[in-house]
Amino acid sequence: MAAAKRPALPVILLANDLLDGDVVFAAGDANGLRWSRDPGAALVGDDDATADRLDAFAAAELGNQQVVDAYLVDVAIEDGVPVPRHYRERMKTTGPSIRRDLGKQAELPLAQAFLRA
Amino acid sequence: MPLLDRHGAKAEIWTRSEGAAIDNLSHALVDWAVLPEALAQKTRDQRIGVIIPNTVRIPELKLLMRQLSLIAISFPSFGDGRGFSLARLIRNHGFTGTLRASGPLIVDQFAYALACGFDEVELPEASAARQPVEQWVNALGQISHGYQRGYGDSGNILDRRRSARLKHAAAG
Amino acid sequence: MYRYDEFDERFVRERVTQFRDQVGRRLSGSLTEDEFKPLRLKNGVYLQLHAYMLRIAVPYGTLSSKQMRQLALIGERYDRGYGHFTTRTNLQFNWPKLRDIPDILDLLADVEMHAIQTSGNCIRNVTADHFAGVAQDEVEDPRPTAELIRQWSSLHPEFDYLPRKFKIAVTGAEHDRAVIKAHDIGLRILRHPDTNEVGYEVIVGGGLGRTPMIGKVVREFLPKADLLAYLEAIMRVYNLEGRRDNKYKARVKILVHEIGTEEFSRRVEEEFARLDGPSVNADPAEVARIAAYFAPPAYEALPATSGAFEAARAGNPDFARWVETNLTPHRQPGYAALTISLKPIGAPPGDATSEQMRVVADLADEFSLSEIRVTHAQNLVLPHVKLSDLFAVWQRLGEAELATANAGLITDIIACPGLDYCALATARSIPIAQALAQRFADPVRQKEIGVLNIKISGCINACGHHHVGHIGILGLEKRGIESYQITLGGDATENAAIGEILGPGLAAEDVPDAIERIVSVYLAQRQSGESFIDNVRRIGLAPFKAAFQDSNREVSHAVA
Repeated sequence: MAAAKRPALPVILLANDLLDGDVVFAAGDANGLRWSRDPGAALVGDDDATADRLDAFAAAELGNQQVVDAYLVDVAIEDGVPVPRHYRERMKTTGPSIRRDLGKQAELPLAQAFLRA
Repeated sequence: MPLLDRHGAKAEIWTRSEGAAIDNLSHALVDWAVLPEALAQKTRDQRIGVIIPNTVRIPELKLLMRQLSLIAISFPSFGDGRGFSLARLIRNHGFTGTLRASGPLIVDQFAYALACGFDEVELPEASAARQPVEQWVNALGQISHGYQRGYGDSGNILDRRRSARLKHAAAG
Repeated sequence: MYRYDEFDERFVRERVTQFRDQVGRRLSGSLTEDEFKPLRLKNGVYLQLHAYMLRIAVPYGTLSSKQMRQLALIGERYDRGYGHFTTRTNLQFNWPKLRDIPDILDLLADVEMHAIQTSGNCIRNVTADHFAGVAQDEVEDPRPTAELIRQWSSLHPEFDYLPRKFKIAVTGAEHDRAVIKAHDIGLRILRHPDTNEVGYEVIVGGGLGRTPMIGKVVREFLPKADLLAYLEAIMRVYNLEGRRDNKYKARVKILVHEIGTEEFSRRVEEEFARLDGPSVNADPAEVARIAAYFAPPAYEALPATSGAFEAARAGNPDFARWVETNLTPHRQPGYAALTISLKPIGAPPGDATSEQMRVVADLADEFSLSEIRVTHAQNLVLPHVKLSDLFAVWQRLGEAELATANAGLITDIIACPGLDYCALATARSIPIAQALAQRFADPVRQKEIGVLNIKISGCINACGHHHVGHIGILGLEKRGIESYQITLGGDATENAAIGEILGPGLAAEDVPDAIERIVSVYLAQRQSGESFIDNVRRIGLAPFKAAFQDSNREVSHAVA
C-alpha cells in the first residue's frame, strides 16, 4: 500500500485500542514505546528519525492486533504539550464538544492546552 | 495454490496451461482469452477448464459452457462480490461442471460461495496460511439455515415454514 | 408487531456465535483488519473518533416496550447511559467496547433484536412510514412487506458483497413519510387503477451523499406476489454492473444515471422474466403469516371525540400547543398517534437517556398497547393512544423532558452526530442544531413560522439528509476551520427535491443569522397559510439568495 505523505513535523502517533476502541497515543522514550490514553504523554517526534520510530511502532502494533487506525498527526507545542493542529484530531484528544462530561476531558486530568483549543 | 471444498482440503487435478498449449494434459486450465483456441485443440479424452474474470457476461459464456468441465471465477478481492452473481447465472444457465472461486476469499464467504453454486475455493498462499482449512469447514455450520429460497438449501427457513404449515394442515 | 418463530430466534443466536468467532479470528490474526472490517460493519460495529459505535437495527422503526427497556439496560451497562436515534430509525450507542459487543448482541437476541447489516456493502435496515398501520391515508400497512424484505435480505449469499450500501424503504400511503425517493429502492404500495389489485410502484436509484439523486420509477405496478423475484433481479443487475472502481460512484443511483432509467429497467425486466417466480418468491401463506402480526390491535370502540381531552385542551394552553404540533389523526376513532420529540431546545437531536427510554416504555405499556415507533426525523411515536389519555401522557412526558411541542417545526432539527462523534465527519453538526434551536426557541415564533424542516449533515455523506431538508446545512472544512453551506428547497416527501446551494459557506457563528434572514424573507413574502416549502417553490430561490448575500456582506469571515 502506498504510504500517505508524512505530515509536517513535529508529530505524534495516535490510534484506537483494538478491543476497547479508546484513543491511545504512543508514549515513551529512547528505551521503548508504549500506548497511553493521555494525549499529554504522547512522545513528540520532532525529527525524521523519531517519526520513523513511531511509524515502525505503529506497524508492529497493527500487526500484533493491539491497535487499529494508527497514524501520525502534526502538532503544535503549547504549554509544553503536543496539541494537534487540525480540529478533527484535537477532538480525539478531548471527547465530544457537546458533552463535556464524556471522554478524555472528563476521565483524565487533561492539560489546559487541549481543552482551550 | 491451496484448494478446498465443503469437505476440506482437496487435491488439485488441473494443470495451468501456458497460453492455449493444452498438449495432452488430461485436465487443462486455460485463460479466458485463449479459450476458443484451446477448445479447438481439445481431444475427446481431455477436459478443459477456464479461468474467467468476474466481468464476463453470460451471453459470451453460454455457448461454450457445454464444452467445459471447470469454470474458475476470479475474485480480485474478497470485497468484490460479482463472482457470486456470476456463479448463480452460470448454474441457472445449466452448467453442471465444477465451479471454482479463485482469489483471496475469507472463511466467512464460504457458505455464500457454496450457496451460489461454487463447488470449491482456490486461495492464494498467504490467505490460506492465515486461514487453515478447519476454519473453512467450521464456518459452514455457523448459520444452520438461511431465509433465501433457491440457493441450494432445501432446508431454508421459508420452505421449512411451508412444510410445517402443510403438515399442520394435513394433520388438522 | 412481528414475533420471532424458532427459526428467527435461532438465526440471530447463531449470528452472535458467528461474530464471537470472527472477533476471535481477528485477535489471533487469522483475519486482517481489512477483512474484519466488513464483518464487523455487518454487525453494526463502526470505529468512530473516540470509540467504537454500535448501530442496532430497529426494523421499519417499530419497537416493543420490552425492546426499549433492553436498549435502556444496554445503554447503562455497556455505554454511557444514552443512545442516539438515527435518520434510518436505528439506534446508535457511541461508547461500546469491541470486547463487550458479542455480549450486547446476545442481550439483543434475548428480545428479538440484532445489529445485522446496519452497515457494510449489503442491504441495510428496511425502513417504513412511522405511522404505518394507523395513518388515515394508508392503502396498506408497509411493515409486512418490510419484514419480508428484512428476512430475505439477511445474510443473502449472493448480495452480501455489493459495490456499496443498499437502502430500501417502503410506504403504504399516498403521502410519503418514509423518504422512499431518496432510497436505492423505494416501494410504494398502491392499488392498480383498473383491477384494484394491491401491488408496488418500484422506484430505483434515489440516494443522497456526494451526488444526490431522486429515484426513478422502474416499474409502475408490480404484483405483490412477485416482490422477491423482482428484488432479486434488481440486486443481480446492480451486483454485476454497479461500479467498483470508485467508492463515490458505486451506488445504484450512478448505474441508473449512467445507463439511463429505460435501459436499467430493461435489464431488470429481462432478468426478472428469466426467473422462476414460484421457486424464488415467498408463498402467499408466508406473506399472510407475517401480515397477521400487523393486524390492527384490539382497539376499544370509542367515540371520535373525547370530552376529557377537549376540556384539558381548553384549560391548558401548553397542552393545547403540544396537541397542535405533536398529534397525528388516527384511523381508529377516539385514538391518536403522538410524536415524542427528542429535540428539546439546546439538546443533541435524537438522543435519549436510558431513563427516558424507560419512561417511553412505561407509557407505551400503559397507553399505547406496548408499541413505539422511531421516525427518520429522529423522534419517537406512541402510535395507539386514546384521546382521553393524552393529557396524562403529556404530563408524564413533560416530567422526563420529552414533551417539547415542536414536531415538524423549525426547532425539530435533524442532525447527524457529526464531528463530535463520527470519524467520517468534516465538521460538527450538533452545535449548529443547538444554536438554531436556541435562536428560534420562542414557541409563539415557532408557531408563526410553521412547518420548516432543517436538516444538518456533518459531511458529504449526508446522513443528516440535508439535501432533502427545506433548509439544508452541510458542514465542510474551509482553510482549516468548519464552514457551513446552506441549501434551500429540498423536500423529503412524495414531492421529493434536492435543495439548491444559496451561496458560499459560513462560519458556525454566522449560521443562525443566515437562517433568520431566510425565515424573514418567507414571512414577508408568504401568502395566507402558505407553508415555507410552498413559498420557496412559488417565489423561487432569488429572493432568498439576495437576503443570504446581504448577510454575507455584513459578516467578516474569520480566516485562520
